[in-house]
Amino acid sequence: MLDREQVLHVARLARLELTDEEVERMASELSHVLDHIEKIRELDLEDVLPTSHVLDVTGALRPDEPQPSLPRDVILAAAPEPLEEGFGVPSPGAQ
Amino acid sequence: MTIGELIELSAATAAEKVRAREIDARELFEAYRERAAADELNAFTWVADAPPDDRSFEGTSLGGVPLGIKDLFCTEGVPSQAGSKILEGYRPPYTATVVEKLDHAGAPLLGKTNQDEFAMGSSNENSGFGPVLNPWDRTRVPGGSSGGSAAAVAAGLVPWAIGTDTGGSIRQPAALCGIVGLKPTYGACSRRGMIAFASSLDQAGPLTRDVTDCALLFRHMVGQDPWDSTSLAFPEKIALPRGEDLSGIRLGVPEELTGEGGGIDPGVRDSYEATLRLAERLGASIEPCRLPHAPHALSAYYLIAPAEASANLARFDGVRYGLRVDGEADLITMYSRTRAVGFGAEVKRRIMLGTYALSSGYYEAYYGTALKVRTKIADDFRAAFERFDFVVTPTSPWVAFELGARMDDPLSMYLNDFCTVPMPLAGIPAISIPSGLSDGLPVGFQLAGPAFSENRLLSAGYALEQAIVFDGSAARR
Repeated sequence: MLDREQVLHVARLARLELTDEEVERMASELSHVLDHIEKIRELDLEDVLPTSHVLDVTGALRPDEPQPSLPRDVILAAAPEPLEEGFGVPSPGAQ
Repeated sequence: MTIGELIELSAATAAEKVRAREIDARELFEAYRERAAADELNAFTWVADAPPDDRSFEGTSLGGVPLGIKDLFCTEGVPSQAGSKILEGYRPPYTATVVEKLDHAGAPLLGKTNQDEFAMGSSNENSGFGPVLNPWDRTRVPGGSSGGSAAAVAAGLVPWAIGTDTGGSIRQPAALCGIVGLKPTYGACSRRGMIAFASSLDQAGPLTRDVTDCALLFRHMVGQDPWDSTSLAFPEKIALPRGEDLSGIRLGVPEELTGEGGGIDPGVRDSYEATLRLAERLGASIEPCRLPHAPHALSAYYLIAPAEASANLARFDGVRYGLRVDGEADLITMYSRTRAVGFGAEVKRRIMLGTYALSSGYYEAYYGTALKVRTKIADDFRAAFERFDFVVTPTSPWVAFELGARMDDPLSMYLNDFCTVPMPLAGIPAISIPSGLSDGLPVGFQLAGPAFSENRLLSAGYALEQAIVFDGSAARR
């Protein structure tokens, strides 16, 4: 069972501001889902390798040749606060 | 040809007629464009306002037959929002590889289709732009997450569409809307330009009115892409299916997915069993098979997919694109508020679940265990395919349910994916075809095969389709 403190800790890691009501709901919903998921921990998985890729693939990399990227102004056009040469953000502040 | 007659043509037939100059590609586009623009199902988030200028489609493989594209595919200069308020109005600077390939092959963009936010959902009720209605019964969901694509194809608002499948997001809405949906082998189609949910599972695939349309569209989607290192060269050309029987085909019925544990509705079971009997009459052999770890697939999936999503969705932070909510805030508060306002409830739930599963002290117990279960699930399939050509199940345990019926209980919604999550975990392809109606609502039949068996899957699906003779015209009225 996840408690309020754990939910707030995970929300901080995820950079997600939650209302008090969301914290309550998240604690109960996540606990309910995790109770169901817990069952896989009872399986005997000694000596089983974790899946890193579902198919046998080797040599997936293309040759490392420089190519033009999208122009800076095209990328900056979608930004909430475009500056002349980059993305504007608020000050990191005291943290 | 009247508009009604145009709409009743399958996409492959329409393409053939454009190539033979029997119908005009602009007229075809305009007929569908008018229907899409008048859509009452909320299946679209954007519809083109005119046919593409000055393009001749007579010499193209896909004949100018217009395409519905799930919102999460980036399309240059056209809103691509992944069903999320955090990307509202976002117009990307480039186009996804599969969309580019289909456009070159002669399938121009007609509209972007509604979806569950970031492809997280099984009912399309998690869209930031409102739910999609099922054309068979407008009080019911179309399935998800590619619900807009499925509803639009079923309702004849677009001849064919593409979607993405992570845990069932092509096959389940295809089943609930009475159309065909294919989840390809992992890597068959490039993921470049697909707004990512869970990168080790996401695959693009077709949603179409019949199996022939599915094969034709899929033929032009596959291929290795230098911009997606997980994409692979498909080892053979995708053929248009012709087989009329199933002689010698061995079908495995997995007790773990089709037995009591799956909670399959009686009407769905009846249709599934009738399809098995039909397959037998077509020459297939049917025997029980074992997938011992399949019942644990849902648990592994609901750890792996949220874990990957929590990392993929970290990019939505109010800096480079999309929504920003700041005011007087410092940087971290700006991130957290932007995400609080921009993401919907299900996306937040999955980000929280995934972040928890990856967090210090829980990583091995949750994420690490899930990756081992994933290995066992792939092993189970490998063993099954030594004895069987395909493993067959109902696609969804239920027919389309009423809007709102499962929104208060996330776990009950997740159970919808019981029969569809094992395949993406193993990276293998699976197709859903309509097998009939239960209480007037479509039921889907799923066939899964080994990696790169798409040609055989399409061929078997086609043989069954010819014998089932599903009539989807009621949804197009």
